[in-house]
Amino acid sequence: MSDRLITIVRFIGLGFLEPVIRLARGEEAKKNLTEILKKIVAPIASILIFLFIWQTGSTALYNKEAAHRIEKAFNEQGQEGADAMALCIESGNVSCRPNTLPSPTQVKASFLSLLKDHKIIKADKKAFKEKTAEINKKRAEAGETLIVYTGRPSFVDQITTSLKTVFAGFLLAIFIAVPIGIALGLSETLKSSLNWLIQIFKPVSPVVWLLLVFMIVKTLNKNSDTDSSFLISFISVGLCSMWATLVNTIMGVSTVDKDILNVAKVLKLGPLQKVFKVILPSSLPLIFTGLRITLSVAWMVLIAIELLAQSPGLGSFVWEEFQNGANDSNSKIIVAMFVIGIIGFLLDRIMLTIQNFVSFNKN
Amino acid sequence: MAYLELNNIYKTYGKGTNATEVLSNINLHIEEGEFVAIVGFSGSGKTTLVNLINGLLKPTSGEVLFKGQPVIDTSHERGVIFQNYSLLPWLTVYQNISVAVKETFPKESKQFRDTRVKKYIEMVNLTPAIHKRPGELSGGMRQRVSIARALAMDPEMIIMDEPLGALDALTRGNLQDEILSIWDENKRTALLITNDVDEGIYMADRIIPLRPGPNATLGPEFKINIDRPRDKTLLNDDPEFKKTRNDIIEYLMEIGQERTTTSATEYILPELEPRHFD
Ligand SMILES: Nc1ncnc2c1ncn2[C@@H]1O[C@H](COP(=O)(O)OP(=O)(O)OP(=O)(O)O)[C@@H](O)[C@H]1O
Ligand SMILES: [Mg+2]
Repeated sequence: MSDRLITIVRFIGLGFLEPVIRLARGEEAKKNLTEILKKIVAPIASILIFLFIWQTGSTALYNKEAAHRIEKAFNEQGQEGADAMALCIESGNVSCRPNTLPSPTQVKASFLSLLKDHKIIKADKKAFKEKTAEINKKRAEAGETLIVYTGRPSFVDQITTSLKTVFAGFLLAIFIAVPIGIALGLSETLKSSLNWLIQIFKPVSPVVWLLLVFMIVKTLNKNSDTDSSFLISFISVGLCSMWATLVNTIMGVSTVDKDILNVAKVLKLGPLQKVFKVILPSSLPLIFTGLRITLSVAWMVLIAIELLAQSPGLGSFVWEEFQNGANDSNSKIIVAMFVIGIIGFLLDRIMLTIQNFVSFNKN
Repeated sequence: MAYLELNNIYKTYGKGTNATEVLSNINLHIEEGEFVAIVGFSGSGKTTLVNLINGLLKPTSGEVLFKGQPVIDTSHERGVIFQNYSLLPWLTVYQNISVAVKETFPKESKQFRDTRVKKYIEMVNLTPAIHKRPGELSGGMRQRVSIARALAMDPEMIIMDEPLGALDALTRGNLQDEILSIWDENKRTALLITNDVDEGIYMADRIIPLRPGPNATLGPEFKINIDRPRDKTLLNDDPEFKKTRNDIIEYLMEIGQERTTTSATEYILPELEPRHFD
């Protein structure tokens, strides 16, 4: 039973929990204790050290910024002005607060306030929905457009939007890169005739892709009144991130083991069967490695693209906070940074799990 | 006209200055219903010869005729047991054989195919491992899957490239008998590549040595005039067996000797003296 649990835990990449399970079962106490020390206690210690460095660093920066302000006030208004500034800073007043790298406590406070904000907006939305339910029903019957909530999105809404965009982009990348990769991997002629295209477009930066997609979508979407920013951002994400999958698929398909191809020949499999029964399964591990890279690249460029495309999501959240310049803006940006990092990590873990599942040559 | 004919076959790998002629002037005729064994040293070109016959390779010059027709592609009529097993690693034992059975018997019922797959798995004693993947099997077990796959396709001619190399003596003996009985009952033709002279004598009608490469050619054939069914336990005392065995081994030793003397290149050593520290 718990052996099964251990297998599952290991499979989903939480192998560090293994010694805890074993210890709970009373197995080899000493060995498992050292394992726990190595796999759990040490990482926690390193997190604490990280927080400590961050705290001291931000305090030093804060003091430096404060000193700078006082000095500036002294140069402009003399001793009196400097004293007033020092007092003002001391009081924690928003107007003269030194604006620098926020400390961990500030970031935590911002995180909580963002959550509170989300709860308020959620309640607001619900109330709005109830209020408009009646009218919307009538409108629907009359065939008119419905009234929708147009209030400010909360932080959690932004995360959801970003995830939607990244998945749309990821799916687009799969649908473009995998079939093309298979075709190019199978045909040496196609591959050599299109290789220049891949080599040239692969290193193009996300920003340029965004502009290119913008040019095309803007023209195509002229007559429709749908919002094209989502379209632009997910297509750009897909185009930026698909290259790893494309290259890996080509490689996987064109380097299938010769012995395996001989089997296909001796069994006299038809061309379609050869692709689906032999070539694809044997290149699946490489294709999945490509998909994993694609997803992490997609998540990474998404933020930059949202930021530039002005489409809703974490990227525009960061950008708005930066331009906003409110006293807790900096700490909200840091919150977003951690959220982006953690989600990226989780996405990678999910892909790794799927990859382990499909690869046949694991031992 | 023989059932299988190889006429003046030459096979060269590589091009230009890298070209090496592996097989030279190979002539081999096999009659329908015959069991022929080929013995030879490692690297002499046995697998190359097998691939020329099953249609995976094309000769550089010369022709391979099967039932009078030139061999230009693989065919279900010629079944192959590969030397390196060549199983599909993502499929289980059952699925590996089932793919082959489905291809050869596309019109038969599911029931028929299922029974057939299971029968051949049972024949090679792999029923306990039926749902395992090749990665979880030992070398010998993989070899047995490969044998079951080839035989389940019921080919007219069975081409075997060292099919029993990785097996213990007992399993080896059992499978030799299975192969012989399939060959005998269904009136098949068989070509066996082996490095075991005793195995060749026990199973084949003729043994033909392949001389060491490069430019390997076939040596003189040795007919095995022992009545079938042959009894392994009595074989060792059979004077005919002893004589043939001695002849073949003598011949092999002779060409082996030739190989070492002709390939002995002279190395010119630099004039160096060990340094003395004192
Ligand atoms: N695809 C290839 N390209 C170039 N040379 C090859 C190729 N395949 C085989 N050879 C060469 O041809 C020679 C004969 O190889 P082959 O595999 O036919 O030997 P073999 O008799 O089957 O050996 P073994 O008993 O070890 O299986 C070897 O020298 C090998 O290096
Ligand atoms: Mg070989």
